[in-house]
Amino acid sequence: MGKITRRALLSGAAQAAAAGTLLGHAPARATARAVAPAAAGTPACDLDRYVIWDAHGHLYSADTPPAEQMASLLRAADRMHIERVVVFMGYPWVYDPEPDEVRRQNDQVLEAIESSDGRALGFVYLNPKHTQESLDELDRCVRDGPMVGIKLWVSIRCHDPCLDPIAVRAAELNAPILQHTWSKITGNLPGESMAEDVAALAARNPATTFIAAHAGGDWETGIRAIRGTPNVTAEICGGDPTAGIVEMAVRELGAQRVIYGSDFRGRSFASQLAKVVGADIPEESKRLILAGNLQRMLAR
Amino acid sequence: MIIDVNVYLSRWPLRRLPCDELPKLVERLQACGVTRAWTASFDGLLHKDVGGVNERLAAECRQVPAGLLQPFGTVNPTLPDWREELRRCHEVHRMPGIRLQPNYHGYTLDHPGFAELLQLAAARGLIVQLAVRMEDPRMQHPLLRVPDVDTTLLPDLVTAVPDLQLVLLNALQILPGDRLSALARTGRVYFEIATLEGVAGIASLVTRVPLECVLFGSYSPFFILESAVLKLRESELSPAQLDAITFENARRIGTQLRQ
Repeated sequence: MGKITRRALLSGAAQAAAAGTLLGHAPARATARAVAPAAAGTPACDLDRYVIWDAHGHLYSADTPPAEQMASLLRAADRMHIERVVVFMGYPWVYDPEPDEVRRQNDQVLEAIESSDGRALGFVYLNPKHTQESLDELDRCVRDGPMVGIKLWVSIRCHDPCLDPIAVRAAELNAPILQHTWSKITGNLPGESMAEDVAALAARNPATTFIAAHAGGDWETGIRAIRGTPNVTAEICGGDPTAGIVEMAVRELGAQRVIYGSDFRGRSFASQLAKVVGADIPEESKRLILAGNLQRMLAR
Repeated sequence: MIIDVNVYLSRWPLRRLPCDELPKLVERLQACGVTRAWTASFDGLLHKDVGGVNERLAAECRQVPAGLLQPFGTVNPTLPDWREELRRCHEVHRMPGIRLQPNYHGYTLDHPGFAELLQLAAARGLIVQLAVRMEDPRMQHPLLRVPDVDTTLLPDLVTAVPDLQLVLLNALQILPGDRLSALARTGRVYFEIATLEGVAGIASLVTRVPLECVLFGSYSPFFILESAVLKLRESELSPAQLDAITFENARRIGTQLRQ
């Protein structure tokens, strides 16, 4: 198949929005229908009425070719009526990778998304401690390649000034930055960011769009930490399906600043989707969180 | 038909939950197709008057028609006269089982009362549930940090009580693989899916433990009930597998104990 360009992917997103998928009226893509119990078809658990884009996922094996991994993940995504997935970071996971390793892992993701018939969107993985190499990799994968966003993990806390050039370039490329955030009472990794760190970086770079992955982990404090920084969106993946997370996020941030992700394949699609479909919020808010907000973010 | 083996009433001590009032919880259970819920009380975590906790639990379960909520009482073997609490759960409240919270009650599984409690509960034909975790230790309140239950001794303890039927709650993803296998091999330990994670997690689980060990559990209302329901859809399971997980295995536990 031909190379998928970023422009084509973003055009697809825009067309999806224009076609009304934000309202959930577009036909679902061809899916392998699940053999599910009657309960899974009850209104409380009906996924098929939503358009779903998953903002957070990973490859999972050093031994299986990325295209095979993607095919396996998409078969499971089909069962959950997930139309598109965002994937980033290759394998194995490295807390503080050298630039060559970052490039190797991004190549794995490029292979995976190019095999996905447009259903997988890539975010380029960067280690901001290597700022110039990060800018070069950003150009390679986003400006000149098919990736549509940036993933930052745990090499350095993101309030560090070395991230500012990356944030500036991200704004120029209309590429959102998804930053892992977690506040742990058991202790963070040395370079592990908290939601407060994203808020600080975002306040210095108001033209850049940020996603606080995992809503800070300890979401009751994480949501508060980003509340006053409008260019930060909370992404709800990666933690237990604890009741109330999405209700609080919508109450404090507004539905337009909340997006769904799962953190597949470590987490289940089911447990993370449940946070949205099982939340006591309006249907229109669920549609924004499940796809509309991410589509809007990527179509800018 | 779904038997949910992991449900709680009353209030989580540190947060209001969207379905922590009885009518809302019942509405949600019914909306998701749950027809029986093995139900304990969050009050049993920290209250010392577990006699009062169990009395309220039994009364609240009776308020709900059609036997939807089946009460599982709290027994804390570190409290004075805990054997009387076990007796009341069985003889007064007619509960089908009890739910143990060793980490919140401050004992480890080598506590002498624990082994005796397993013996006495099994002798009465009560299902024993043990909650391995209630909350991710990474995000606990700084003044209420409660480690997971150390289950190292559990395979030997189960082996020593031949009539015991033990349901582990919130154990998957936490139990190491070799212990999961050892417990599954006893044929008398069951695991529910509330904390099971990973894409198509149930399909993966039933390659590691016998299908007969796997139960439907939601940990509602702390967890969102739809999480467990949607896991049934995420894995490619046969109708027979679904029936086993959603109700047949749980129903069989009760039947075995009655025999």
